[in-house]
This record gives sequence, structure tokens and C-alpha cells, in this order.
Amino acid sequence: MNPVLKLLLEGGSLDTAQMAQVLNLPEAEVTRQLAELKAQRVLLGWAPVLNLSDEEAGLVCAVIEVRITPERGGGFNRLAERISRFDEVESCYLMSGGYDLLVFVNGASLQRVAAFVSEKLSTIEGVLSTATHFMLRSYKEHGFLLDGKTEENDRLKVAP
Amino acid sequence: MDNSRFIATHVASLPKSGIRDFFDIVAKMKDAISLGVGEPDFDTPWHIREAGIYALEKGKTHYTSNLGLIELRRAVSKYVEKNFAVGYAPENEILITVGVSEALDLACRALINPGDKVMYHQPCYVSYHPGIALAHGLGVPVPTFARDNFALTVEALHAAWQPGCKLLMLNLPCNPTGGTCDRAQVEAIAKFAVEKDLLVLSDEIYSELTFEGVHTSIASLPGMKERTIFLHGFSKAFAMTGWRIGYACGPAALIEAMMKVHQYSMLCASIISQEAAIEALVRGEDAMKKMRAQYHRRRDFIVRRFNEMGLKCHLPRGSFYAFPDVSGTGLGERDFALGLLQAEKVAIVPGTAFGANGAGFCRACFATSYEHLIEAGNRIERHVQNLAAKK
Repeated sequence: MNPVLKLLLEGGSLDTAQMAQVLNLPEAEVTRQLAELKAQRVLLGWAPVLNLSDEEAGLVCAVIEVRITPERGGGFNRLAERISRFDEVESCYLMSGGYDLLVFVNGASLQRVAAFVSEKLSTIEGVLSTATHFMLRSYKEHGFLLDGKTEENDRLKVAP
Repeated sequence: MDNSRFIATHVASLPKSGIRDFFDIVAKMKDAISLGVGEPDFDTPWHIREAGIYALEKGKTHYTSNLGLIELRRAVSKYVEKNFAVGYAPENEILITVGVSEALDLACRALINPGDKVMYHQPCYVSYHPGIALAHGLGVPVPTFARDNFALTVEALHAAWQPGCKLLMLNLPCNPTGGTCDRAQVEAIAKFAVEKDLLVLSDEIYSELTFEGVHTSIASLPGMKERTIFLHGFSKAFAMTGWRIGYACGPAALIEAMMKVHQYSMLCASIISQEAAIEALVRGEDAMKKMRAQYHRRRDFIVRRFNEMGLKCHLPRGSFYAFPDVSGTGLGERDFALGLLQAEKVAIVPGTAFGANGAGFCRACFATSYEHLIEAGNRIERHVQNLAAKK
């Protein structure tokens, strides 16, 4: 695996200069490898993981189970890609089980999300049904606990 | 009233731990970056912690057998057979202890008669010599050297051997040097042990953190199981230092002797820790490998940095310690470490805390975040440059 990618996967928040130090590469080489990962569409972007209050976030999040009709030749892909293009859609996955797509939607208010579902999503030809669940509270995001307490490291400063 | 006259002579004559001494100084310094710890920076993986919580919920709050839970001994037996290629019977060849430290103490107390000589390689873990002395044995240190990457050589063993030696303590990979021995070297040590009729106490607590080559346990070599007590634990590989849980494996008669001391002193290891340890052995391998991969990369980084800044440092094949040679700065290891702490607020441990043969070296633990390692590396480099400018 590309060493820069491996380091990214370890989850640190190192800048390119620090990555260069850890990997013993010139900084320009790290920048080049990052650009290459982007060109290959392996690295798509950077997103911070935030722990915002409800007021700060100002977002309503919903998880929507969507049943769709597969199409000859493309299966679920064309419809899934079409749904994914909406700005409201945060993530979209094809699932096994009782429904086909699991769609994560963000909206400014409950009404906005409801409007998106009733006016956009469910009216797409091929969408058979939707079941919308509003998220009430997050406990963990992208591997980070959101409980507001940092786990204190109480290691001794010097130990045998 | 002078209470100290009540203290037993052999305890009074033990020197104060060099680590403790240094800890007292570092503790007073706020916001120092510490490379002075001897434990993982990772917390115990959650599934193992959760097993401990579940044990409490189930009411696992009682004594266990002196030997430890049979389920844990079975799991240890399987784990040791799979990873160290030596089989032990869960019924009478495995004893669960309160960390490897207790196992080592039990072995010393069960095996050493007053005046028996015990060989151990040095620099070494801080409790080896005191453990021998507390059992009224005589320690025979065997030096290891930077030129051998701190591997224990059979030549050094021959040079140090004296009549009356009964035991040989090994700690491979070694705290504080990270040195270890390849298979041929371990075979040579085994041959030496047979020739001199020594019983081997092999503390293999860092074995999972071997970065290059395969770890060879001396117990797995032909004819060695019957003259080896294999000591291991969960602290390093599974980041479980605070759980205080380890084990000893060996011939039934020796384990029985150690168990006698254990049952009259410790009784048994904490049942909660034992339950968590089962989880670690059965399902902890993935988490352990992830931690090892991180230590590996951090090692490569910090060792390279030491060498770049002119502190000669061998590549430790195992453990999470680098052991750079600071003598080139013109300072002794203690003055260097104190100066670094005062000038740049970075804590490393003077090598002599691990015995006289650590003179000229310091131990730097790389079980800490990249950000800290990078910053510590920059500060140490600045300190070395400032010392050179003053020369």
C-alpha cells in the first residue's frame, strides 16, 4: 500500500511536513503522492470530524431506507448514482436485506428533509418506497466518541 | 526514634531505583514531553475492557484457584503453543500471576537458596537485580553491547560465568535496549545453559513486539523445556499494564514450587483481570497487530532522527524503546537527560537506571503519538546542537 495512504489510515492529523518527517520523504514527494491519490480518486477530500451542539450544527439528519427497481443492464447503479447527486444526500449505500439503498440525508430543518423525501426522492421513477428515520443523537462519528469527555491519559511521566 | 534500624539488612542495602529518582524530578516539571514511560500509550482495546466489565456484572468477584482460572490456563496453553511452539499442560504447568513481575519474584523465591548465583544480562529491567537480592541470591551481570545491537552473546556469558551459577535470566527483546537474539544466538545460549547446568528464566514480555525476523523462545528448543521457566504477560502486547496479569509456564515441579509461594502471598490474580485476559488471548490478535504496526513505524522514525542528529542509535529489533548513545555529546547519560529536561522539557531515562552497563546511553520510549515524537525529536536535536556549540 502507498505509504502516505497507510499513514492517513492510521488516523493521525499530521500535516504534509510532519508526514514527510515520519516517512523520511521530501515534503514535495508527500505532496506529489497526495496529488496522485487524488488523481486516482482514492483520496476524495478531507472532512473534519466535529462534535457540535445541536444549535451549532443546525442540521437535521435522517436515515432513509429506499426500495428501488433494478434495471436491465445497470442493476441498481443508475438510480443509486442519481440519488447520490443530491446535495442533501450525505452518503448512499447499496444494502442486502429488506430494502435496497440506505441514504443518509442532512437538512436545515425537519420540514426540509421531509420535503426532499416527498418531493424529490420518492417521486423518482423506479423508487418503490421510502422509510425515513430521523436521528435523535450521535454517540460516535468516524471512530470518535462524542460524549464530550476526553479520555484522560493518566500515564505516569516516567515508569520502568 | 530511628525506625530504619527495624528494616531488614538486605532490603536496606537495596539501592533506590534510578527510575524513581528520575521520576521525582520529571514529576515537578509541567508540560514536559515524556519519552520516559515504560508502557503502551494505547488504552486497553475496548473489547478487552468490556470483558472485564462483563465479569463484574456477572458477579465474578471471588477467589479463583491458586493456579488461576482453568479457562485462562487453557487459553494460555493454546496461545503459547501457537506462537512460541512449546506446549504446556493447563492442569499443572501454567501459573497465572500478578504480572510478569510477580512471576519473576516467585521464581526467584522458589528457586534461589541464599548465596546462589544468578546470571542476567545488563542493561536490564530495573527489578532483575533487586529480585535476586531479595531472594538472598547473588546477581552476576552479563554485559550486552551496542556493537552487537545489545543481543546477548555466548562469549559474554562465558566471560561472566563463575562457579555457583544456578540460574540464567533472559529478557528478549529487552527493556531498555530493544536488543534481542536471533535463533542461532538463542541456540548458542541454550547450549551454554545445558553445559553449565543452568535453569533459564525467560521473560518474553516484549516478544509480540518483534519487528524483524521471528521471535524464538528458548523454551521451544530441543531439551530446553525441562530447564526453562517461560514468563509472559499481557501488559505490553495487549496494552494491559494496569491490569497486572501475567503467567509462568514450566515443568510441573517448578510451577508447583512457585505456586506454593504464590498461594501464601498473593493467593490468586484478580479474577476480573483473568477474565479480561481470556478475551485478550482469544480475540485480541487484530488489535495487537495494529498497535505493533504503529510502534514499528514510530521506531523507524525516532531511530532515524537520533542518528541524524548525531546520537548513534542501533535499530532495536523489538520492544518500544530506543537506546541512543549520548556519550558523543561529552556528557554522561544522567547529565544529558537532566540538561535535556531542563532546557527543552523532554524526558528520557538515563541508561544507568538499568544497570552500570547502561552508562553513556539513555532510554527513549517511542510509545507515544507522532506529534510528540516529531516535536521531541526537534527539541532533542536543538539540545544536541546547543551542546556542540558550547564545546
